[in-house]
Amino acid sequence: MQPYKKHTSIAALMDRSNVDTDQIIPKQFLKKVERTGFGIHLFHDWRFLDDGITPNPEFELNKPAFQGAKILVAGDNFGCGSSREHAPWAIEDYGFNTVISTSFADIFFSNCFKNGIIPIKVTPAELDALMDEIRANEGVEFTVDLEAEKLTTPGGIEIKIEIDAFRKQSLLEGLDDIAWSLKHEDKITAFEEKHKQQLPWLWK
Amino acid sequence: MNKTMYEKIWDSHLVHEPEGGTPLLYVDRQLMHEVTSPQAFEGMKLKNRKIRNPHSVLATMDHCVPTKKEARAVLTDPIAKKQIETMAANCKEHGLNLYDMESPNNGVIHIVVPEHGFVHPGMVACCGDSHTATHGAFGALAFGIGTSEVEHVMATQTLQQKKSKTMLVKVDGKLSKFATAKDIALAVIGKIGTAGGTGYVIEFAGEAVRNLTMEGRMTLCNMAIEGGARAGLIAPDQTTFDYLEGKEFAPKGEDWDAAVAYWKSLVSDEGAQFDAVVELKAEDIAPQVTWGTSPEQVINVNAPIPGPNDFSDKIKSQAAASALKYMGLEAGQSLTDVKLDIIFIGSCTNGRIEDFRAAAELLKGKKVAPGVQAIAVPGSYLVKNQAEEEGLDKIFIEAGWEWREPSCSMCLAMNGDQLAPGQRSASTSNRNFEGRQGKGGRTHLLSPAMAAAASVAGTFVDIRDWD
Ligand code: SF4
Repeated sequence: MQPYKKHTSIAALMDRSNVDTDQIIPKQFLKKVERTGFGIHLFHDWRFLDDGITPNPEFELNKPAFQGAKILVAGDNFGCGSSREHAPWAIEDYGFNTVISTSFADIFFSNCFKNGIIPIKVTPAELDALMDEIRANEGVEFTVDLEAEKLTTPGGIEIKIEIDAFRKQSLLEGLDDIAWSLKHEDKITAFEEKHKQQLPWLWK
Repeated sequence: MNKTMYEKIWDSHLVHEPEGGTPLLYVDRQLMHEVTSPQAFEGMKLKNRKIRNPHSVLATMDHCVPTKKEARAVLTDPIAKKQIETMAANCKEHGLNLYDMESPNNGVIHIVVPEHGFVHPGMVACCGDSHTATHGAFGALAFGIGTSEVEHVMATQTLQQKKSKTMLVKVDGKLSKFATAKDIALAVIGKIGTAGGTGYVIEFAGEAVRNLTMEGRMTLCNMAIEGGARAGLIAPDQTTFDYLEGKEFAPKGEDWDAAVAYWKSLVSDEGAQFDAVVELKAEDIAPQVTWGTSPEQVINVNAPIPGPNDFSDKIKSQAAASALKYMGLEAGQSLTDVKLDIIFIGSCTNGRIEDFRAAAELLKGKKVAPGVQAIAVPGSYLVKNQAEEEGLDKIFIEAGWEWREPSCSMCLAMNGDQLAPGQRSASTSNRNFEGRQGKGGRTHLLSPAMAAAASVAGTFVDIRDWD
């Protein structure tokens, strides 16, 4: 995982509610044996025309102004449905590292942190204001400062990012759960030594 | 303080408990199959990480594996082929013990692991598969995990885990001749519901549980997950020790004695407190059959199929209505009037030697009803060979059953064995969800003996008064 650095990036607008993980990454792409490379299938059924290759000009993320966006601003209850971890894999691989909504489905929410994405919860009024600012100025860039727990916009909106200390630290340092656990490798090794003495047959 | 078995295993595996963070739990054994591991291996490769303890892993191929000999030789589904090949390559690269399709030890993961004594009492074991709960039968804390967690265990030999609550399910008394571990499992789920065990680890106890063989205990713990529980547990005793002794990965010599002494210390202390207690009388447990699309929608074989009006809870009532519609059944109907298309005996729930013995007992000298297809899929080659040594295969074949090669097969219908839309099965597997055995397929769960009788009658029968 990349350390999550303060960044100023294009915010793309997806004015839809209940975006489910089946839409984020449709099931025909789940049989891959890789975790990477799901970005090209992100929102596949919306993003491409029936031939599966031609970008759908009607789909919001295909707008030229939103190319290169790292921030996704979406409607209520983002990431509902199946628990597939392929959903955050696809979002991250496409290039987003921040998703803003009023609410997220539980499993999706925690899967985000495992994959270097901050899901930022805002109030409905804040979401409206952010969406309005994007509509008025497509391609506008927002600033996410995780260290200071702040999201700011050129229009003067300032929102506090609510995040627990452990998750914040992991994102800032780019530690995935594994890297975090490996920080305690000495404890794991010490445990193994003790375990080996108590239950030597486990190791034969 | 008096501790439950779960607490003893938990405490003995706690590596680190960070303030305000999630505890790190040590994992002794990791089990793998071809479907939920590839991305974890890829993650390891991207980070250039090594598997911390390759000896802690046992892998098999089961989900995508065909059950017909010819089909196993040349895999026609390119995606299944890719998954199988990837698994083989990953295991080779990391030096893991793999029972591939050609191995005489091949079979369904939760069948082959116990056959080789790979999981012992008191261990923590996990697998990217919810039915890992099976190994709780040995008094091991065993549970399913997600793909990121599979990778986490590979790299660190630990998991970030929150502690569960404990539930005691006590089944006192003696089971009738016709009721099995599967019937206990279904009766418990019928009682607590599929979410009843959410947040809990269930310890099964009581005379009827003590009297189960290891095979029966595995069937029971296997289904703990269908009751929503994180894991199931049964205290190890002489039955456990006798089963494990002499197995390939079981402790040997002096170690064996030390191990048994340790295992005996694991049982829940007298007076240990559980967060919830559920009691059932074994005598009351009749052969069970599910009628709906959730394992909790289950009845005694001789009871009428319930309808929406039989449930006061609004959500359950609605669920009953939609289940009846999907299943093509009516409230009040008798199960013995329901015509069946396919009978399946197999899966990690009921694909063990005892299951085929129980079924063969009822099949002797009988024939499968016209129009019914009956498929027996042993859970492993060891089970298959043992059954053939005992002549069980002949009984099945003479009765008109197909005798196949080991695989998960119709349990999840990923290998080509599946129901057509509208077809109805009596199945010894564990999930009757919509579409589980094929889109539009209708699944009824039951025990192997009940499945055998159903194949002959072409409908469900109450084996208590069947001749
Ligand atoms: S038999 Fe069924 S439940 Fe068991 S591991 Fe295979 S698919 Fe899963």
